[in-house]
Amino acid sequence: MTLREDDTGVSVLPRQFPTNRGGLCQKGWTSAELLDHPDRLTTPLLRDPVSGELRPATWDAALDRIATSLRAIQSSSGRDAVAVFGGGGLTNEKAYALGKFARVALRTRNIDYNGRFCMSSAAAAGLRAFGVDRGLPFPLADLGRADTLLLVGANPAETMPPLVRWLTEQRRGGGQLIVVDPRVTATARQADLHLQPLPGTDLAVANALLHIALTEGWVDQAYVAERTSGFDAVRRSVAAWWPARAEQLSGVPVADLEATARALGTGGRVIILTARGAEQHAKGVDTVTAYVNLALALGLPGREGSGYGCLTGQGNGQGGREHGQKADQLPGYRRIDDPAAREHVAGVWGVPADDLPGPGVPAYQLLDSLGTPDGPRALLVFGSNPVVSAPRAARIEGRLRDLDLLVVADLLLSETAALADVVLPTAQWAEEDGTMTNLEGRVLRRRALRPPPPGVRTDLAILADLAARLGDAETAAARFPTDPATVFAELRRASAGGVADYAGIDWARIDDADGVFWPCPSADGPDTPRLFADRFGTPDGRARFHAVDHRPAAEEVCATYPLHFTTGRVLAQYQSGTQTRRVAALRRAAPEAFVELHPDLAARLGIDDGDPVRVTSRRGELRAPARLSSGIRPDTVFAPFHWSGAGRANSVTNDAVDPISGMPEFKICAVRVEKA
Amino acid sequence: MTARVVIVGNGMAGARLAAELHAREGDRKVTVLGAEPHRAYNRIMLSTLLTGRIAEPDVELTEAAGHGIDLRPGVPVTAVDRSAREVRTGDGERISYDHLVLATGARAVVPPLPGLDPTDLPQRVVPFRTLDDCRRILAVADGARSAIVLGGGLLGLEAARGLATRGLATTVVHHTGHLMERQLDPAAGAVLAGTLAGLGVTIQLAVPATGVVADDTGVRLDLADGRSLHADLLVLSCGVRPDTALATAAGLTVRRGVVVDDRLRTSDRNISAIGDCAEHDGALTGLVAPAWAQARVLADVLTGTDPLARYRPRPVVTRLKAAGIDLAAMGDAAGGGPGEELTFADPARGTYARLRIRDERLVGAILLGDNPAIGTVIQLFDRGHPVPADRRALLLGRALGGAGAAPSASPALMPDAAVVCQCNTVTKGALVRCWRSGARTLDAVVAGTRAGTGCGGCRDAVGGIVDWLSEAESVEVTR
Repeated sequence: MTLREDDTGVSVLPRQFPTNRGGLCQKGWTSAELLDHPDRLTTPLLRDPVSGELRPATWDAALDRIATSLRAIQSSSGRDAVAVFGGGGLTNEKAYALGKFARVALRTRNIDYNGRFCMSSAAAAGLRAFGVDRGLPFPLADLGRADTLLLVGANPAETMPPLVRWLTEQRRGGGQLIVVDPRVTATARQADLHLQPLPGTDLAVANALLHIALTEGWVDQAYVAERTSGFDAVRRSVAAWWPARAEQLSGVPVADLEATARALGTGGRVIILTARGAEQHAKGVDTVTAYVNLALALGLPGREGSGYGCLTGQGNGQGGREHGQKADQLPGYRRIDDPAAREHVAGVWGVPADDLPGPGVPAYQLLDSLGTPDGPRALLVFGSNPVVSAPRAARIEGRLRDLDLLVVADLLLSETAALADVVLPTAQWAEEDGTMTNLEGRVLRRRALRPPPPGVRTDLAILADLAARLGDAETAAARFPTDPATVFAELRRASAGGVADYAGIDWARIDDADGVFWPCPSADGPDTPRLFADRFGTPDGRARFHAVDHRPAAEEVCATYPLHFTTGRVLAQYQSGTQTRRVAALRRAAPEAFVELHPDLAARLGIDDGDPVRVTSRRGELRAPARLSSGIRPDTVFAPFHWSGAGRANSVTNDAVDPISGMPEFKICAVRVEKA
Repeated sequence: MTARVVIVGNGMAGARLAAELHAREGDRKVTVLGAEPHRAYNRIMLSTLLTGRIAEPDVELTEAAGHGIDLRPGVPVTAVDRSAREVRTGDGERISYDHLVLATGARAVVPPLPGLDPTDLPQRVVPFRTLDDCRRILAVADGARSAIVLGGGLLGLEAARGLATRGLATTVVHHTGHLMERQLDPAAGAVLAGTLAGLGVTIQLAVPATGVVADDTGVRLDLADGRSLHADLLVLSCGVRPDTALATAAGLTVRRGVVVDDRLRTSDRNISAIGDCAEHDGALTGLVAPAWAQARVLADVLTGTDPLARYRPRPVVTRLKAAGIDLAAMGDAAGGGPGEELTFADPARGTYARLRIRDERLVGAILLGDNPAIGTVIQLFDRGHPVPADRRALLLGRALGGAGAAPSASPALMPDAAVVCQCNTVTKGALVRCWRSGARTLDAVVAGTRAGTGCGGCRDAVGGIVDWLSEAESVEVTR
């Protein structure tokens, strides 16, 4: 988008860009409202020890308070007693600086971020199959030319409306759109074929699709032989998923499975995309892997116009997971337990590799350990609101309250900031330069329109200020520059040679080329719009199959909790709603939480449209008005997760996590529903 | 915990039990003795193997291996010595067990017809049960032009469909008046016969066979009505009988199958039986789903993962799905009695549905042909969930009242509050107001309201409203 500022304020204009082609949803149009919002924080807040209330304070007082506490906690309880929690909305520069701050200034292993809640399962599945995790290994425009496009657990019509322009183009061109979703979403309504499985059964659906492809002879045997390894084990495991078995489990008719397999197996350009619906399960990595297996067996990845991809969620969902705010990661998508990676990054940072901490624990495990005898006693939060967004949120809220020190940097008083001991007001999007990396692996520029308001500092400045107080001021100033361009220059060096190699990218090149696709190792060499044409990112260049099997959800329905509960987004709100709930037009469009349920179920429960209902799980309850819809299965209820308080969907969700990615099972748990 | 488990049988039940044990914690040695010399395979796929579209490796199943699993295909067990807790194998080896599991399956029944000696069948006469049977059928079918399948039950029809797909002129001979009489009512059987005829399978009903004459050149099947049918191949699909020989010889309680309790225990507490060879509560299973459920329960009990696990039979769904055939039968659809009955029949298009509902639950259903709600019906039956208030949903699927409100034919009939552009929450009223304030083109209305600037999906609808506004003389709009 392009911004214009005049006497009346800042206004937003759509921009013809290769990804959105001028499209903006309501959140984009109204985003400037947040710049001068009356709720904007413009001064640090310190919790008054006597009254217990947050009171305005000077920056020096706030930063001194933080530094003093951090030093005391680390000297008494060790370096890991301080933890850092980041966000997938931070720019690449900020995500990079945050990871470096944790490892170099705090020297704690405990850093992770909210991307663990929304992309980590696809990331893990992509890494183990392809050796590379880039949301789409091809340009978004390929979607518009696909003969067959399978969307699994993705609802872009509500979560990413401009992307739907590509779907429209695809279908106008005669392509077939198939959507897998337990609900008849706005996206599913546009599909030629909608598979509506019981939540938690997408993996079985994928295995049955591959079973059919095998029995119909649609597997690309030459590709499997030349470009992959491990297929025999997958072939044997999907032999046990004959379509009627998957039908009974998922409710998807065999005829629909066959039609889907045929469209995938006999189409020319075929793309399979997964999103949160496939990922947010305790078996999310395996579920995504099942669709990756299907794509590999059909010979899609690396074939121009075809492929597998993941629709990344947050603003900088891709870049945010590449440069070191993940517990096990160093910049350039390197592993923190890889000695060569440690040497390289430590060299760039000017510290001995041995001084870098080892891997920490994934987000939920980290949050759940806060304030416990062996867990961190202090937490610094940047760009995240776990009180609303974490699963089993009431428990996490309790953990945050048990901390000795909670620091939250945000532009608004989020629900998490409201619990903090120190709140630091930060700059926001139109006030900072930097880069983001979109779902295509395309590095984009964000340009500052104007400086932050008086009293507000950037995240980079906050990290520099804290580093100066925690160590030698001169060293800190060199290590933590506040200018994003300087940080990006260092990020380039740190990422050089890594999987996500930014070494050849500079801001001017991004401006000239409408973004630059990583890997881009050299300033005078090409970038990489398409991955995998010749080889995959594994040591031997072959993609890896992994045999995966369906398993039940961590919590299945029972007599006491007889209904499936699933969560998701609505168009006019975003994430924990801290920002979008404060925009009047968005509030009008989606004013409050709701519980979506089928009219048959509602009738049995004596619930009318609009009645207040209570959804109860083993972990908590949610109260919101009923919204009746025949687009949801009668055995399943849905609630959006953008609201706090009584309408907080995450009071109900399960905190079971995927054993590989650590992603929580937001998409399925067992509940009972009654009139409130 | 049980230290040494010996499983006799590496079929669908035995192999599954080995995998279930493998997946559970604990230290134990599991020996799987399979009489067949093959890797574990999926019997359900054998009819697809007959079509020639897949090869033998495609029917192989994942085998539990390593971690204490000793898998020995091609090792038949000849005796069980209960006092010594040993089994004896074909080559005389003795293998000790702490717990023995019989998963010996069932054998194909060779009907008592003149010309058929079960121990020495002619080369062109083959039962349809095992992978070796399949190989023999394929060996004969290769170069054959015609086949007869004796038996019009589920397996016989699958075999016939597979052979017809290979291009063989195939005839099914069935002794009763309609196909799959255990699952279907006569009307459904007739629709199914019509469907099969369309796929090139000839059906001969209500004619018992009386004898078989076979030599190197062909097979003749004599029928009770005096006719004789000639073909290159005769496939026997006349049911199966539990393989209880070991259990009987060992003195275990055997009726039709090896009698087991809810824990799958036989009359010897150190011996269990699962799958087709077992008889639970007077019933034989004969299908994969109950066999796998038994394997799960037995693994829970044997490993102590859930010592209280008990096998509870669930109602079974019979499913026949192949190119051109889509059949599901469950429960008692034709039983009559109290309750509601839903029916739909379109024989010309091969569609038939009959469902019985009692106390808001499905108690039986027969669905044949194009039934879009088939997945829903199976799940409602399997899980015992209440049926939709509007029963038509069971016949017509979600085509009924499903996806959102259809756009109104005319903008005049749309309420002002109707949201035209979802992405930017623009109502019809907002578009009208924009037009009234001077916007006279689609682009101007879009610029003024942002309608159509998100996903772009409503551009046509917005255009339609602008056209209507241009033509209408005066439009009232509520604020």
